[in-house]
Amino acid sequence: MAEIRLVNIVKKFDEDTVVNNLNLTIEDGSFTVIVGPSGCGKSTTLRMIAGLETPTSGEIWIGDECVTNMEPGKRNIAMVFQNYALYPTMTVRKNIEFGLVNKKVQKAERDSLIQEISDIVGLTDHLDKKPHQLSGGQRQRVALARAMVKKPKVFILDEPLSNLDAKLRGQMRRELIQLHKRLGTTFVYVTHDQVEAMSMGDQIILLDKGVTQQMDSPMNMYHDPNNVFTAEFIGTPPMNILERGHLNAVLPTLFEDVKYVGFKPEHAEIIAGSEERQDHVVLKSEILTTETLGAETIYTVSNAAGMMNVKRFDTPIEETNDVQIAIPYEKLYFFDGQEERIRFIEIDRTAPQQPKPVLVGGV
Amino acid sequence: MKRNPIWMVVNGIGLVLLICIFALPFVWMISTSFKTLGETMTFPPKWIPNQLLWENFSKAWNSGPFLKYLMNSTIVSVGILILQFATIIPAAYAFARYRFKGSNFFFGVTMITLMIPTQLIFLPVYLQMSSWGLLDTLWALILPFASSAFGIFLLRQSFKQVPEELLEAARLDQASEWKIIMKIMVPMAKPVLITFGMFSFIAHWNDYFWPLVMTTTDASRTLPLGITKLREVDGGVAWNILMAGNLILVIPILFIFFFAQRQIIRAFIYTGVK
Repeated sequence: MAEIRLVNIVKKFDEDTVVNNLNLTIEDGSFTVIVGPSGCGKSTTLRMIAGLETPTSGEIWIGDECVTNMEPGKRNIAMVFQNYALYPTMTVRKNIEFGLVNKKVQKAERDSLIQEISDIVGLTDHLDKKPHQLSGGQRQRVALARAMVKKPKVFILDEPLSNLDAKLRGQMRRELIQLHKRLGTTFVYVTHDQVEAMSMGDQIILLDKGVTQQMDSPMNMYHDPNNVFTAEFIGTPPMNILERGHLNAVLPTLFEDVKYVGFKPEHAEIIAGSEERQDHVVLKSEILTTETLGAETIYTVSNAAGMMNVKRFDTPIEETNDVQIAIPYEKLYFFDGQEERIRFIEIDRTAPQQPKPVLVGGV
Repeated sequence: MKRNPIWMVVNGIGLVLLICIFALPFVWMISTSFKTLGETMTFPPKWIPNQLLWENFSKAWNSGPFLKYLMNSTIVSVGILILQFATIIPAAYAFARYRFKGSNFFFGVTMITLMIPTQLIFLPVYLQMSSWGLLDTLWALILPFASSAFGIFLLRQSFKQVPEELLEAARLDQASEWKIIMKIMVPMAKPVLITFGMFSFIAHWNDYFWPLVMTTTDASRTLPLGITKLREVDGGVAWNILMAGNLILVIPILFIFFFAQRQIIRAFIYTGVK
């Protein structure tokens, strides 16, 4: 089987360290998404797994084989590239067939494999066309078919949907999820888009500057971020991170050395007019913009603590000047000076009244 | 772009004039090749001869071993083309795709050879051929042109434009380097290869200087040398026979042009459209 392990991987281009001491395990059969902002080393990591780059140091294991210095063609990996990388002078059939011919698969077997795969991805009618005669989505399918036909141990996909329009991207996303279920092969998927990561992956690896920030399931990634970076990366819109200094007036007493306080946009409530709320952080605010998306509305609000996003599912609010936003204490996330999360923090709820500490921040 | 009708008319007239300038000598050659000797001298020149003298062609053809010349020209031009493709394709791929020690230096040296005129190096090459005992053989006409700096340069530029992902995809498809060249790079560079092939073929088909220096007998002479011998027929210059000979010389090239032009257009269509 094909679990992928990266052990102490370092990759430097000249003096630039792109990947710094990366250790990760991609489980067999999983749909693992490597996500991060551009320049975080995600594509380099992927290319090292594929064998298109050689790590400066460290080892790569696929199954029980050390492939660090193995040629890409021998690794039993198939890759789908961002710009599809179809051979422009070959027909769709030849494109799909090319890897099989090189593997010296017999003609009859090649034909039946091509037939089978093109049925799955819906290309049967286009087998004799050249790539430039196809639409973006069809080219994407050819790229997938070319990868699938080799029956690889691992699929590697490098931002495969970023050249498609939004609607087609959504459709291909669902098709890829189904494809993964059907094949049961390990998928390693690279993207800069956290929505893709959240919706497709069963394991997400978040990278920044060549270092793993968090490796977790989508739900944990969302509800239980390890640090400010993860919190600000995941979610649409992502978590609001505020400096504690700006909030001292409205925060309860905190015993620990909290530097940043965060809350999710959907956990804040907007109250028109002034109203007292128990166990809430209440901020007098002004609504700057309102984005109505149908089911939900996203407000950008400004207040003493800065700018922040609030997401509500009720009817849009008309009043924009004199509102308050209220965030329950138990929905607050706390981070220290190193931007690391502080979990299970004790706060003194109401300094003068009943001293009943509660656990918050770790959902 | 503006589609001003006056501008389009001016443009059209300009193009017609340009065609006339280029086509005139050619039309004159064809016209002369059908005239009698007397007619070639009339002034003002007559564009259409009184009668078409087809025997000018047979006279030209029979005035020397023209079949032999034609064979030699074909062997030399095609031989050079085959050898050039065999050398420039791997060389261009290496210069375009590999970073090796001294790659820039060697590419620079290759480019410098472009700047040296043949007349400057024919003597050492002559001596070399002489010491190999190849003088007055077709080898002396083929071997010095077995590679082409111009071809390497052209092809390298075109290979450089192939996106790296394509090569990576091919490597993941277990393709050898040689297979990558033949199945991916060469088909993509087809327009460039055809264009270069035509330049090379025409240059060596029409080459006069090199065969003149390297050959001494009819056994290894080529068409252009044969044609010039027509000037010596009957003391004076028989322009009509000479032009008929010239027409025999250029007809194969016209034919190739006609054929290759469609190829080039087709090749450009599917690389140009993304």
